Amino acid sequence: MTDVGTVLPGQSFPIARADLVRYAGASGDFNPIHWNERFATSVGLPNVIAHGMYTMALVVRVVTDWAGDPGAVVEYNVRFTRPVVVPDPDGAVLDVAGVVSAVGDDGLTVVDLTATVNGQTVLAKARATVRQ
Amino acid sequence: MPLDQSFIGRVYPPTEPYEVGREKIREFADAVGDANPAYHDPDAAKALGHPDVIAPPTFAIVLTSRAAQQVIMDPELGVDYSRVVHGEQRFVHVRPIHAGDALTVVVSVENVRAAAGNDIVSTKGEVSTVDGEPVLTAFATLVVRGAES
Repeated sequence: MTDVGTVLPGQSFPIARADLVRYAGASGDFNPIHWNERFATSVGLPNVIAHGMYTMALVVRVVTDWAGDPGAVVEYNVRFTRPVVVPDPDGAVLDVAGVVSAVGDDGLTVVDLTATVNGQTVLAKARATVRQ
Repeated sequence: MPLDQSFIGRVYPPTEPYEVGREKIREFADAVGDANPAYHDPDAAKALGHPDVIAPPTFAIVLTSRAAQQVIMDPELGVDYSRVVHGEQRFVHVRPIHAGDALTVVVSVENVRAAAGNDIVSTKGEVSTVDGEPVLTAFATLVVRGAES
Protein backbone atom coordinates (compact mmCIF):
# COMPACT_ATOMS: atom_id res chain seq x y z
CA MET A 1 0.00 0.00 0.00
CA THR A 2 1.30 3.43 -0.95
CA ASP A 3 1.74 6.03 1.79
CA VAL A 4 0.65 9.65 1.60
CA GLY A 5 3.72 11.75 0.90
CA THR A 6 5.35 9.15 -1.36
CA VAL A 7 7.39 11.00 -3.95
CA LEU A 8 7.14 9.61 -7.48
CA PRO A 9 10.24 9.60 -9.70
CA GLY A 10 10.31 12.97 -11.45
CA GLN A 11 10.94 13.36 -15.16
CA SER A 12 12.15 16.08 -17.54
CA PHE A 13 10.80 16.32 -21.07
CA PRO A 14 12.62 18.31 -23.75
CA ILE A 15 10.11 19.84 -26.20
CA ALA A 16 11.21 20.81 -29.71
CA ARG A 17 9.16 22.48 -32.43
CA ALA A 18 9.07 19.19 -34.36
CA ASP A 19 7.38 17.52 -31.38
CA LEU A 20 4.52 20.02 -31.64
CA VAL A 21 4.13 19.37 -35.36
CA ARG A 22 4.00 15.65 -34.67
CA TYR A 23 1.45 16.11 -31.87
CA ALA A 24 -0.65 18.33 -34.14
CA GLY A 25 -0.80 15.51 -36.67
CA ALA A 26 -1.61 12.80 -34.15
CA SER A 27 -4.21 14.80 -32.25
CA GLY A 28 -5.80 16.69 -35.13
CA ASP A 29 -5.21 20.07 -33.47
CA PHE A 30 -3.64 22.15 -36.24
CA ASN A 31 -4.07 25.56 -34.61
CA PRO A 32 -1.15 27.54 -36.12
CA ILE A 33 -0.20 29.02 -32.73
CA HIS A 34 1.39 25.60 -32.11
CA TRP A 35 3.71 25.56 -35.15
CA ASN A 36 3.75 28.89 -36.99
CA GLU A 37 5.89 31.59 -35.39
CA ARG A 38 4.62 34.32 -37.70
CA PHE A 39 1.01 33.53 -36.78
CA ALA A 40 1.73 33.09 -33.05
CA THR A 41 3.43 36.47 -32.72
CA SER A 42 0.69 38.14 -34.80
CA VAL A 43 -1.87 37.17 -32.13
CA GLY A 44 0.26 38.54 -29.32
CA LEU A 45 2.10 35.42 -28.16
CA PRO A 46 5.85 35.60 -27.47
CA ASN A 47 6.43 32.68 -29.85
CA VAL A 48 4.93 29.31 -30.78
CA ILE A 49 3.39 27.63 -27.72
CA ALA A 50 2.88 23.92 -26.99
CA HIS A 51 -0.60 22.44 -27.14
CA GLY A 52 -1.95 22.38 -23.59
CA MET A 53 -2.99 18.81 -24.28
CA TYR A 54 0.58 17.91 -25.27
CA THR A 55 1.83 19.22 -21.94
CA MET A 56 -0.98 17.35 -20.18
CA ALA A 57 0.03 14.11 -21.95
CA LEU A 58 3.69 14.48 -20.94
CA VAL A 59 2.91 15.29 -17.31
CA VAL A 60 0.86 12.14 -16.69
CA ARG A 61 3.85 10.00 -17.71
CA VAL A 62 5.18 10.44 -14.20
CA VAL A 63 2.03 8.67 -12.99
CA THR A 64 1.65 6.00 -15.68
CA ASP A 65 5.32 4.99 -15.52
CA TRP A 66 4.98 4.63 -11.75
CA ALA A 67 1.60 2.86 -11.81
CA GLY A 68 2.77 0.15 -14.23
CA ASP A 69 -0.63 -0.23 -15.88
CA PRO A 70 -1.46 3.13 -17.51
CA GLY A 71 -5.09 1.98 -17.60
CA ALA A 72 -5.14 2.42 -13.82
CA VAL A 73 -5.43 6.21 -14.23
CA VAL A 74 -9.15 6.73 -13.70
CA GLU A 75 -9.22 10.50 -13.35
CA TYR A 76 -6.87 13.24 -14.52
CA ASN A 77 -7.32 16.99 -14.49
CA VAL A 78 -5.22 20.09 -15.02
CA ARG A 79 -5.63 23.85 -15.26
CA PHE A 80 -3.48 25.59 -17.85
CA THR A 81 -2.03 28.68 -16.21
CA ARG A 82 0.99 29.64 -18.33
CA PRO A 83 1.77 28.76 -21.94
CA VAL A 84 4.83 26.62 -22.65
CA VAL A 85 6.76 28.71 -25.18
CA VAL A 86 8.76 26.61 -27.65
CA PRO A 87 11.27 28.72 -29.60
CA ASP A 88 13.12 27.22 -32.55
CA PRO A 89 15.75 25.82 -32.36
CA ASP A 90 16.20 25.97 -28.59
CA GLY A 91 12.89 24.44 -27.52
CA ALA A 92 11.87 24.09 -23.88
CA VAL A 93 12.26 21.61 -21.04
CA LEU A 94 9.25 20.58 -18.97
CA ASP A 95 10.07 19.36 -15.45
CA VAL A 96 7.44 17.21 -13.75
CA ALA A 97 7.16 16.07 -10.14
CA GLY A 98 4.49 14.05 -8.38
CA VAL A 99 3.60 13.23 -4.77
CA VAL A 100 0.85 11.04 -3.32
CA SER A 101 -1.64 13.32 -1.57
CA ALA A 102 -4.35 10.86 -0.59
CA VAL A 103 -4.89 7.12 -0.30
CA GLY A 104 -8.47 5.92 0.03
CA ASP A 105 -9.87 2.71 1.45
CA ASP A 106 -11.48 2.26 -1.96
CA GLY A 107 -8.08 1.58 -3.55
CA LEU A 108 -7.90 5.00 -5.15
CA THR A 109 -4.60 6.87 -4.81
CA VAL A 110 -4.39 10.57 -5.62
CA VAL A 111 -1.19 12.06 -7.03
CA ASP A 112 -0.62 15.83 -7.04
CA LEU A 113 1.56 16.93 -9.94
CA THR A 114 3.67 20.00 -10.55
CA ALA A 115 4.93 21.04 -13.96
CA THR A 116 7.48 23.80 -14.48
CA VAL A 117 9.49 25.33 -17.31
CA ASN A 118 12.57 27.30 -16.24
CA GLY A 119 11.26 27.09 -12.68
CA GLN A 120 7.91 28.67 -13.58
CA THR A 121 4.73 26.71 -12.96
CA VAL A 122 2.70 26.06 -16.11
CA LEU A 123 -0.19 24.04 -14.63
CA ALA A 124 -2.35 24.37 -11.54
CA LYS A 125 -4.61 21.79 -9.91
CA ALA A 126 -2.81 19.00 -11.79
CA ARG A 127 -3.97 15.79 -10.21
CA ALA A 128 -4.34 12.15 -11.21
CA THR A 129 -6.28 9.41 -9.47
CA VAL A 130 -4.99 5.87 -9.82
CA ARG A 131 -6.80 2.64 -9.00
CA GLN A 132 -4.41 0.35 -7.13
CA MET B 1 -21.16 41.48 -25.68
CA PRO B 2 -21.16 38.47 -23.32
CA LEU B 3 -22.12 35.09 -24.71
CA ASP B 4 -25.72 33.90 -24.41
CA GLN B 5 -26.14 32.09 -21.09
CA SER B 6 -29.28 30.39 -22.34
CA PHE B 7 -26.86 27.90 -23.96
CA ILE B 8 -26.24 26.36 -20.53
CA GLY B 9 -27.71 22.87 -20.56
CA ARG B 10 -27.86 22.60 -24.34
CA VAL B 11 -27.14 19.08 -25.56
CA TYR B 12 -25.77 18.40 -29.04
CA PRO B 13 -26.49 15.30 -31.12
CA PRO B 14 -24.18 12.27 -30.72
CA THR B 15 -21.12 12.35 -32.97
CA GLU B 16 -20.59 9.83 -35.74
CA PRO B 17 -18.92 6.66 -34.40
CA TYR B 18 -15.13 6.87 -34.07
CA GLU B 19 -13.39 3.54 -34.62
CA VAL B 20 -10.31 3.26 -32.42
CA GLY B 21 -7.50 1.40 -34.19
CA ARG B 22 -4.21 0.03 -32.91
CA GLU B 23 -2.15 2.12 -35.28
CA LYS B 24 -3.90 5.34 -34.24
CA ILE B 25 -3.20 4.56 -30.58
CA ARG B 26 0.45 3.81 -31.43
CA GLU B 27 0.71 7.00 -33.47
CA PHE B 28 -0.67 9.06 -30.58
CA ALA B 29 1.58 7.33 -28.03
CA ASP B 30 4.61 7.93 -30.27
CA ALA B 31 3.63 11.59 -30.64
CA VAL B 32 3.76 12.01 -26.86
CA GLY B 33 7.00 10.00 -26.73
CA ASP B 34 5.54 7.13 -24.73
CA ALA B 35 6.87 3.63 -25.41
CA ASN B 36 4.68 2.00 -22.73
CA PRO B 37 4.00 -1.54 -24.05
CA ALA B 38 0.32 -1.30 -23.04
CA TYR B 39 -0.10 1.23 -25.89
CA HIS B 40 1.92 -0.70 -28.47
CA ASP B 41 1.81 -4.44 -27.87
CA PRO B 42 -1.53 -6.30 -27.68
CA ASP B 43 0.05 -9.15 -25.69
CA ALA B 44 1.45 -6.74 -23.10
CA ALA B 45 -1.95 -5.07 -22.81
CA LYS B 46 -3.67 -8.44 -22.43
CA ALA B 47 -1.22 -9.42 -19.70
CA LEU B 48 -2.53 -6.39 -17.78
CA GLY B 49 -6.10 -7.56 -18.28
CA HIS B 50 -7.07 -5.36 -21.22
CA PRO B 51 -8.71 -6.79 -24.34
CA ASP B 52 -6.28 -5.03 -26.72
CA VAL B 53 -3.82 -2.13 -26.70
CA ILE B 54 -5.18 0.70 -24.60
CA ALA B 55 -5.00 4.42 -25.31
CA PRO B 56 -3.05 6.91 -23.14
CA PRO B 57 -5.12 8.80 -20.53
CA THR B 58 -5.46 11.93 -22.70
CA PHE B 59 -6.18 10.18 -26.01
CA ALA B 60 -9.90 10.91 -25.73
CA ILE B 61 -9.19 14.55 -26.62
CA VAL B 62 -8.95 13.39 -30.25
CA LEU B 63 -12.69 12.67 -30.13
CA THR B 64 -13.93 15.07 -27.50
CA SER B 65 -12.34 18.26 -28.80
CA ARG B 66 -13.72 17.53 -32.24
CA ALA B 67 -17.14 16.95 -30.67
CA ALA B 68 -16.88 20.21 -28.69
CA GLN B 69 -16.36 22.08 -31.96
CA GLN B 70 -20.13 21.79 -32.29
CA VAL B 71 -20.39 24.28 -29.43
CA ILE B 72 -17.44 26.51 -30.27
CA MET B 73 -18.38 26.73 -33.95
CA ASP B 74 -22.12 27.11 -33.26
CA PRO B 75 -22.98 30.31 -35.15
CA GLU B 76 -25.79 30.98 -32.68
CA LEU B 77 -23.32 31.11 -29.78
CA GLY B 78 -20.94 33.27 -31.81
CA VAL B 79 -17.54 32.44 -30.31
CA ASP B 80 -14.51 34.00 -32.04
CA TYR B 81 -12.52 30.79 -32.49
CA SER B 82 -9.24 32.64 -33.06
CA ARG B 83 -9.42 33.91 -29.47
CA VAL B 84 -10.10 30.55 -27.79
CA VAL B 85 -7.51 29.08 -25.40
CA HIS B 86 -7.73 25.95 -23.29
CA GLY B 87 -8.34 26.79 -19.64
CA GLU B 88 -8.92 23.48 -17.93
CA GLN B 89 -9.29 19.81 -18.84
CA ARG B 90 -10.50 16.82 -16.89
CA PHE B 91 -11.03 13.18 -17.82
CA VAL B 92 -13.02 10.75 -15.69
CA HIS B 93 -12.62 7.22 -16.98
CA VAL B 94 -14.94 4.28 -16.38
CA ARG B 95 -12.33 2.22 -18.22
CA PRO B 96 -9.48 2.90 -20.64
CA ILE B 97 -10.23 3.26 -24.33
CA HIS B 98 -8.90 0.26 -26.25
CA ALA B 99 -8.37 -0.69 -29.87
CA GLY B 100 -11.58 -1.99 -31.35
CA ASP B 101 -13.82 0.49 -29.54
CA ALA B 102 -16.41 2.31 -31.63
CA LEU B 103 -17.14 5.47 -29.68
CA THR B 104 -19.61 8.29 -29.85
CA VAL B 105 -19.62 11.57 -27.93
CA VAL B 106 -22.57 13.52 -26.60
CA VAL B 107 -21.53 17.09 -25.85
CA SER B 108 -23.40 19.43 -23.58
CA VAL B 109 -22.80 22.96 -22.38
CA GLU B 110 -22.08 22.96 -18.63
CA ASN B 111 -21.58 26.67 -18.15
CA VAL B 112 -21.24 29.99 -19.93
CA ARG B 113 -19.95 32.94 -17.94
CA ALA B 114 -17.90 36.10 -18.14
CA ALA B 115 -14.85 36.67 -15.93
CA ALA B 116 -12.09 39.28 -16.02
CA GLY B 117 -13.07 40.48 -19.48
CA ASN B 118 -13.11 36.97 -20.95
CA ASP B 119 -15.95 34.62 -21.86
CA ILE B 120 -15.66 31.16 -20.39
CA VAL B 121 -17.43 28.16 -21.89
CA SER B 122 -17.42 24.81 -20.08
CA THR B 123 -18.35 21.67 -21.99
CA LYS B 124 -18.94 18.08 -21.01
CA GLY B 125 -18.39 15.24 -23.45
CA GLU B 126 -19.84 11.86 -22.52
CA VAL B 127 -18.05 9.14 -24.42
CA SER B 128 -19.69 5.76 -24.80
CA THR B 129 -19.52 2.81 -27.14
CA VAL B 130 -22.07 2.63 -29.91
CA ASP B 131 -23.69 -0.11 -27.82
CA GLY B 132 -24.25 2.37 -25.01
CA GLU B 133 -21.48 1.33 -22.59
CA PRO B 134 -20.12 4.43 -20.81
CA VAL B 135 -16.32 4.77 -21.21
CA LEU B 136 -15.38 8.23 -19.93
CA THR B 137 -16.47 11.81 -19.45
CA ALA B 138 -14.31 14.73 -20.58
CA PHE B 139 -14.79 18.20 -19.12
CA ALA B 140 -13.20 21.13 -20.93
CA THR B 141 -13.11 24.79 -19.98
CA LEU B 142 -12.41 27.08 -22.90
CA VAL B 143 -11.53 30.72 -22.45
CA VAL B 144 -12.48 33.20 -25.16
CA ARG B 145 -9.98 35.98 -24.61
CA GLY B 146 -11.53 39.42 -24.49
CA ALA B 147 -10.22 42.20 -26.72
CA GLU B 148 -8.18 43.64 -23.85
CA SER B 149 -6.31 40.48 -22.87
